[in-house]
Amino acid sequence: MPAIRKNNLLAKAIDNSVNFSFVLPAIAIFSIFYIYPFYDIFNLSLHEWNGISSYREFVGLANFKELMVDKIWWKSIWHAGFITIIALTFQNMLAFSLALVCDRQIRLKKFYRTVFFIPPVLSEIVVGLIWQWILYAGTQSGEHIGLLNYVLVKSGLPHLVNNWLSNPKTALTCIALVHCWKGFGWGFIILLAGLQTIDSQLYEAARVDGAGSWKTFRHVTLPMMMPVILVVIILTVLGSMQVFILIISMVGQGLGYHTEVPVTRILSSMMGTGRYGYACAMGVSFGAILITISAAFKYLSNKTKQV
Amino acid sequence: MKRVLSLFLCCFLILSIGCGKKKKDSNTITIWHWMTDRHKTFESLAQKYEEQTGIKVQIDLYAPSDVFTHKIIASAQARVLPDIYGILDKKKVFASFIENGFVADLTEEFKKNDSEWEKAIFPKALDVNRFKEGNIYNIRPGIYGEPLDVTNIQMLYNRKLLEKIGVKTPPVTFEDFINIAESLKRIGISSLVSGWGELWMIECFASNYAFNIMGEKKVMDTFKGEVPYTDPDWIKVFSIFKDLADRGILVEGVVTKPNKFAEQDFALERAAFAFNGSWCVNVYNDMNPDLEYGAMLPPSINPKLPMRIWGGAGSSFVVNQDSTNKDKAIAFLKWITNKEQQSYLAKETKNLPSNRQALSDIPKILSEFARVMDYTTYPSIWEYNEAALVSEKFNRGIQSIIIGEKTPQEVAEEVQAVKQKELEKAKRKRK
Amino acid sequence: MINKYTIKKFFISIITHIFLMTVAMSCLFPLFWMLRCALMTNETVFVDKSIIPSQMNFGNFITAWVEGGFGIYFLNSIIYTASVVFGIVIIASLAGYAFSRLRFPGKNLFFYMFIAALMIPLPGSFVPLVVLMNKLGWANTRYGYILCMINVGLSMSILLFKTFFDKMSPDLEDAARIDGCGRLGIWWHVALPLARPAIAVVVIFNSLNVWNEYILANLLLNDKSLMPLQRGLMVFQGSHSVDYPLLMSGLAIAVVPIVVVYLVMQKHIIKGLSSGITVG
Repeated sequence: MPAIRKNNLLAKAIDNSVNFSFVLPAIAIFSIFYIYPFYDIFNLSLHEWNGISSYREFVGLANFKELMVDKIWWKSIWHAGFITIIALTFQNMLAFSLALVCDRQIRLKKFYRTVFFIPPVLSEIVVGLIWQWILYAGTQSGEHIGLLNYVLVKSGLPHLVNNWLSNPKTALTCIALVHCWKGFGWGFIILLAGLQTIDSQLYEAARVDGAGSWKTFRHVTLPMMMPVILVVIILTVLGSMQVFILIISMVGQGLGYHTEVPVTRILSSMMGTGRYGYACAMGVSFGAILITISAAFKYLSNKTKQV
Repeated sequence: MKRVLSLFLCCFLILSIGCGKKKKDSNTITIWHWMTDRHKTFESLAQKYEEQTGIKVQIDLYAPSDVFTHKIIASAQARVLPDIYGILDKKKVFASFIENGFVADLTEEFKKNDSEWEKAIFPKALDVNRFKEGNIYNIRPGIYGEPLDVTNIQMLYNRKLLEKIGVKTPPVTFEDFINIAESLKRIGISSLVSGWGELWMIECFASNYAFNIMGEKKVMDTFKGEVPYTDPDWIKVFSIFKDLADRGILVEGVVTKPNKFAEQDFALERAAFAFNGSWCVNVYNDMNPDLEYGAMLPPSINPKLPMRIWGGAGSSFVVNQDSTNKDKAIAFLKWITNKEQQSYLAKETKNLPSNRQALSDIPKILSEFARVMDYTTYPSIWEYNEAALVSEKFNRGIQSIIIGEKTPQEVAEEVQAVKQKELEKAKRKRK
Repeated sequence: MINKYTIKKFFISIITHIFLMTVAMSCLFPLFWMLRCALMTNETVFVDKSIIPSQMNFGNFITAWVEGGFGIYFLNSIIYTASVVFGIVIIASLAGYAFSRLRFPGKNLFFYMFIAALMIPLPGSFVPLVVLMNKLGWANTRYGYILCMINVGLSMSILLFKTFFDKMSPDLEDAARIDGCGRLGIWWHVALPLARPAIAVVVIFNSLNVWNEYILANLLLNDKSLMPLQRGLMVFQGSHSVDYPLLMSGLAIAVVPIVVVYLVMQKHIIKGLSSGITVG
């Protein structure tokens, strides 16, 4: 009997290691590129270091303590959170509805599928330039230069003319909407791919059962799409929380602290004020926040699956 | 599918093997820089140098400037800096590079042959790379870098727009400036544009007026911590921005304009005045060759004290202390800053040369810039510099004043609070 | 009744198309604007307000190609993009398949490790990454940069592959197993062909990512002959002055290969893959 068990164990061990070899290349690359940098970032977050000196002063948790009461840091997280919330609702709803429409047999389907992916492909330089021009606030010889203000005046709504990017009330919303516009193509393409993997027999079964389009959507499409939606949600959270190139290309370092987001804070701590340790502490705690958010979404989606 | 796979693998292998690291050649010096607009000129100079001396100069460009800074800092840690490179940062960072042995001391070379090299260069530009006796960074006194060109930052006015209200000469006092701006506003022309979406440009403008209002000594005393930012003179500095914003003299949205966009506004005659550096000659020439404009000092507020503007070395090169080709690198720097090469650089790139003898044949507008070099000052030549965290608060505070969110008093208090913290930190460190 | 129904349907389809067209126009507009700027000169680009420029300067594209030194950069970018994407598809699909279907100890731990790696913002790791690459002797080499970029896209691709493998019904794999296929065989002959939409998404995502990558290339590579396309575009953005027409021409050239990849790949985002698979 023990011999058999031993054999079983051996077989299982071989089985496991064969299975493990599937993830081995990924783990190898991961270990090469992440273990040392991660260790270094964690280590640096406990030090004060100006980026150049060979001497790193150990300060324990002082960086984190300072971070806890750094109002501007928390404000920057809120700004990113605001952009993320708009992206999660507006951008993802747009992406999902467009994916649903383009999944059906409609005219010009191929055209739409191609065109919706243009914004993600465009360089940030172009996007920044275009929106700077659209939202431009100044006038020349009495006429608005910015497209939006120009259109507002021409369509008899001069009271809505605004200094879109330099008004703290509208700047972040404008940035968030441009971010959504630039990013919805991603959600669109992933969701569209997800829709293709739903077995068409399920739709037929639903039709045979006499379910209308809403019911089919609610009971077939949505549950089947849940895992893909979750991926899109996680990617949206990651993309929106870490947004910064778009912000720099639209408003520079401008507007007091109204357009600061975590990554711009990290960069300005590194390059602006030469506090690499503090920047790493920001990176670590920001990572922790993102992991928590993603885990929360995962937990929620598990919950909804059980219900 | 399998055929595609093997094809890919073959390509990959061939390409990866075929590009091992090149061996370090003792007859080649490598330069890293960030100046996209000067890259071509550098390359042609390098070619000329190789023809003359047989030494190959490899010029590598890393741009934009923040990518370059990342590259320099990361390469310093990996100890793979090139023979010649630039440091694009505050004096404190420069000092740290020297302190940790990344930068060679060039003093001896400058002093050779009765200071031949030193005398050729604008003193103000050289000062940027100089550490004086008893400097606060504890760096051995000397010269550590070679300025390549000279810049200064002042105000520009659009002749055509000013003529519309009958003004022929640019304003000298701040009162005149306000009057002109108000009359311009009446005919629908905005007055002042500047790239205040970039923090350093705000700092520059504010610092000009701080020097004019309270004098250099009091500014330095503030940095030392002996004068608070809540001092009436500093409130006056902050209030300038409030005044400009409240009167509608600034172009709409000036705080979100990176300098490139601000330059567009002036070039396209959307604003009558600009606050910009001497590099703008190039930019305006590209965008609107017909633009008629002149350079002027910022209008002064306090007639008792001189107006100061920022200026000095536009860009400097340093030599790597660890370089095995140090002598060759220094020889090349000497060559590139002699009169012939400097004239060529100035002509090709429309920048002010750092060699004084090369000033003769430059465009008229550039010579207008060159005229006021005597008024220039620069943080890098000051005895004290403000802590970076305080500067950040200061500059962003001014942005808040411009968008009407905070009063000068509030900002002054906030800046002073950060200053207090920094002073305490410094005290603790000294203990 | 039927009439009413068709009218309703007609209106719905009209409204849908108006909505789709609005979104489509907003996407096409910047592309049009970019091409318009590319055809102008630096003097007219800010002044000429006409929709179609009076003077078409097609020479800009050639100038951009030559001035930017695009030849070698273009080739490099193609090499990098192809190698990285190929590497990622193989490595990430293997891993994604294992995380989805196979059993081994520490499976969840490893999976969450990959996901967690997505969350640390990149700027913090520049310095250690450069130090590491120099220590390994991989700095300034093609394979160093390729491996680094594989790593950048790996986590996200694994997440995508796992999600799609999870959704696939295991029937076909069971059938293949009965036919005597090994695990590797099933992955290659069954799982991968079934996951074509996922592969398409991963290819599109990573191509774009590598094609537009600029900062890591600057940090890890020194030789001009190893630099990717984005380096060529920098030539038109002076430290102070920007040559907009040439920049836009360069950007327009740079966007073409990505559009081609997208057009080819999006054809694979189609239904009905589970039926009629050819094994082999």
